[in-house]
Amino acid sequence: MSRLNVAMALVLVVCALAVIQAQHRSRTYFVELERLKKEARALEEQWGQLQLEQGTWANPARVDALARTRVGLVAATQERIHVETEREETRTGEP
Amino acid sequence: MNYHSRKLLKLNLAPWRMATVGGLLLSGLVLVAGRALYLQGLNTDYLQGKGDAVANRNLTLPAHRGQVSDRHGQLLAISTPVESLWARPADLVLSAGQRVQLAKVLGVSPQELAITLARKTRGEFSVRRPVTPEQAVKIAAMGVPGLHLRREFRRYYPAGEVAAHVVGFTNVDDLGQEGVERAYQDWLAGREGQRHILRDRRGNTIRDLAPIKTAQMGGNLALALDLKIQYLAHRELAAAIKTHKAKGGSVVVLDAKTGEILALANQPIFNPNNRRNYKPGPMRNRAVIDTFEPGSTIKPFVAAAVLERGLFHPDSVIQTPETWRVGAKLVRDVHPHPQMTVSEIIQKSSNVGAVKLAMSLTPQQYWEVLHRSGFGELPGSGFPGETAGRLRDASTWKPVEHATMAYGYGLSVSLLQLTRAYMAFANDGEVMPLSFLKREPQEIAGVRVFSPSVAREVRAMMEAVTQEGGTGLRTRVPGYRVAGKTGTAHKLVDGRYAADRYLSSFVGMAPASNPRLIIGVVIDEPSDGVYYGGSVAGPVFAQVMAASLRQLALPPDAPETATRVTQNSLSVRGGV
Repeated sequence: MSRLNVAMALVLVVCALAVIQAQHRSRTYFVELERLKKEARALEEQWGQLQLEQGTWANPARVDALARTRVGLVAATQERIHVETEREETRTGEP
Repeated sequence: MNYHSRKLLKLNLAPWRMATVGGLLLSGLVLVAGRALYLQGLNTDYLQGKGDAVANRNLTLPAHRGQVSDRHGQLLAISTPVESLWARPADLVLSAGQRVQLAKVLGVSPQELAITLARKTRGEFSVRRPVTPEQAVKIAAMGVPGLHLRREFRRYYPAGEVAAHVVGFTNVDDLGQEGVERAYQDWLAGREGQRHILRDRRGNTIRDLAPIKTAQMGGNLALALDLKIQYLAHRELAAAIKTHKAKGGSVVVLDAKTGEILALANQPIFNPNNRRNYKPGPMRNRAVIDTFEPGSTIKPFVAAAVLERGLFHPDSVIQTPETWRVGAKLVRDVHPHPQMTVSEIIQKSSNVGAVKLAMSLTPQQYWEVLHRSGFGELPGSGFPGETAGRLRDASTWKPVEHATMAYGYGLSVSLLQLTRAYMAFANDGEVMPLSFLKREPQEIAGVRVFSPSVAREVRAMMEAVTQEGGTGLRTRVPGYRVAGKTGTAHKLVDGRYAADRYLSSFVGMAPASNPRLIIGVVIDEPSDGVYYGGSVAGPVFAQVMAASLRQLALPPDAPETATRVTQNSLSVRGGV
């Protein structure tokens, strides 16, 4: 009888320690989760800012000006455009 | 085993010592118990409050406003967090030295700052919205009590003024004020969330004390707008306004098949990123909100009305004297021809001819066609402040009005409404509902306005406008067949038609064999001597149309022009 009691007491102690351990782990994970959430938010904000930056760089007015001045592009004149009439047919033709 | 029986172990203490120790211990216990009672029982609310203040936190979960992009995902509006500086006057302690320093950081004079901060307000007020990230770091480092930074979302418009009239803008509180921002406020706005949490000494969140109310992020919107076409429209319009020294103007580009608004540009413009110096004038989306008398651009509807009733054929010949009297009104043609076919009336934009055609209908019949085409009705784009224009009931028309209505005076339209009405000619009689939002082709059903044959006949007449002998020679687009109608209307100034103030317009479509795009252009008061719709609005149309057709890679339908058509040498007939 007393031996069983001692054994139970030991089990109880082990369980109590396990609870403490589990609680501690849960807190650590929770803190980690919070940190990651915060990081996710920060990254999302950064993504927004990068999108904004990209949008600003890709502004058609800017691209237009750069294409004309720096790269020296011009719109193709009508004489220089070839229309390939058969392409559509080959693509959609019978297999 | 009995300890007490051993003589050596027998306690031999004076009773007073027992009493003293026992008394001390007891009084200690009473003291502790009393203190515990005081803390737990009597003073508990105060202490609980203090404890909660340290460990419990109510967090507001920020929710940002949704993005607005064009049909290809190019950003038009995005919310991004910025810091702003707030002051709580009750807690504010600012030394003179700190004030000078703060003023320097904010870039204002110390006196100005003192005035700003001296505001007597309960609670808080914003000192500067927003501050730059560099300023934020410096202010935070100063650590002035009563001054704090708050994270807020601010709206940016990467396309700036190019798409400003369509996208609109928000105010400092993130509420849509104009345009799409206002029309779709409920969809775009985010809803903040709430969290009740427990914190440890280091400020880490330990656990949630209440279920989390998740923040709802604002929905994103994809507009029908094509930013490239929008830019082209904006650029060409701005150039035309400059060359013709005009007061303003608008361009609308519609997808004839889906009713989507691919571009909508106005002049003058405003920059939605700069919230200062807002003037209401340039912010107005003229193409949707302002009305004008359409002038000759109404004539295709007259032609459609008479063709529909079988009163005339496109080749019916009509006597068109130089002037024609209706009541007290003398209708005059600028370029008279003794007789014209119905097609030529449209091609040469004859007022006399149009009046004679319209007078062959009853007012009710003519009204019915205009009404069916959407005049006097809201165009249904959902844009805030959209106008229905004005089309008076046929029973109130006098004969003179019936006549002037045939060449576009006595009714008023918005450019969006007029361009939408032309969809009937472009789309074989069917008008698709307008949309500022991108949509899938299967989700739309059109409204039949004219029969396919009438729509095609009128389209053929409008194609003649851009050919030799027409009024719209400068609206041609190399490689494509173009159909359209010019308009030149005197402006109504103080109730009288001004002899020298005009609205030049052109509405057209291409490729005419199967129109994909409809473009409406109106230029307000060109004042460099040229004012005919074909010469002022026409070239804008041609430029925007040419670039847009190229952008959409639509195959040319006028191979007889300079475009060389070659057989694709790589193609193999009959499969590989």
